Amino acid sequence: MHELSIALSMIDGVLEHAKKQGDVRVEAVHLKLGAFSGVDKDALEFSYGIACEGTPLEGSRLVIEQVPIVIFCATCNRERALTSPQPLSCPGCHSPALDVRSGRELEITALEISG
Amino acid sequence: MTNPRIIEVREKVLKQNDLLARSLRQQFQDAGVFVASFVSSPGSGKTTFLEKLLARLGQTQRVAALVGDLATENDAARLRSAASQVRQITTGTICHLDATMVQKALEGWNLRDLDFLLIENVGNLVCPSSYDLGEAMRFVLLSATEGEDKPLKYPTIFNTADVAIITKMDLASAADFDLPAARRNIESVRPGMCIFEVSAKRNLGMEDVYSFLQAKVHERTKPQSV
Repeated sequence: MHELSIALSMIDGVLEHAKKQGDVRVEAVHLKLGAFSGVDKDALEFSYGIACEGTPLEGSRLVIEQVPIVIFCATCNRERALTSPQPLSCPGCHSPALDVRSGRELEITALEISG
Repeated sequence: MTNPRIIEVREKVLKQNDLLARSLRQQFQDAGVFVASFVSSPGSGKTTFLEKLLARLGQTQRVAALVGDLATENDAARLRSAASQVRQITTGTICHLDATMVQKALEGWNLRDLDFLLIENVGNLVCPSSYDLGEAMRFVLLSATEGEDKPLKYPTIFNTADVAIITKMDLASAADFDLPAARRNIESVRPGMCIFEVSAKRNLGMEDVYSFLQAKVHERTKPQSV
């Protein structure tokens, strides 16, 4: 489980951004989490709560937007969303998916701040 | 007190790691050292494989290794018989290596004195997938005794790797290992992936991996030498 390490990295990043806004309180952190990021949503939520304790982020909410795996299929000439990476192939024509367009996201997108 | 407001950020959570990994990759390239990392579950035969690979590469090249483990120096001690420059990274409770650990472990080594640096990650098929170490190539190892469905259970790590090595092939029949199914499973989560079958203990298939690495290095250095 590396979600605790991920949560600690998140907190560092968030605090750095919050500092630029002056004396503010971070109410919520918005995160994009890809289905192919290797990070588990529940474990991250759990770790975030623990990692925030004793920091200025204690009590803040973590709002996770889950991003599906989207591939570009050259055969069908279009993007397609996958429900699972097993197999990593086009759900339409079953060609191997060599071009993964999204799903690896692990990205802070926005902060809700007050004060 | 004002009402909560939203500020847009758009920043990768692992930005610091990614930046450091990028800088390491550049340093490795400038120094002319080819860096490969190795991930697998615990007990897949990673250290035996690396022992043999280091010894083979070391016959003609200058090699070094970094070995990640939660605890003990045992793996580094084993690899020292195959390469003179080996350092253990003991991560404590951390289940993966990151770029900072690699950077620290390299302190004092002159990269220009090396042709190959092999990095053995902590035995874990989940956590290492998120962390770029600056390597040129990531190998994922799967042993015949683990079962052919590992790639389906851990698609992310297989997908982030460049090459798959099926180890302990000498035990394949005893373990009822279904090789075609294993290959199919790897292919299904990482289409087009290069796959090798080896038994490091019996020295089977190792020469193919060695030749592959040599070719990769040659491929990479060729345009610069012209």
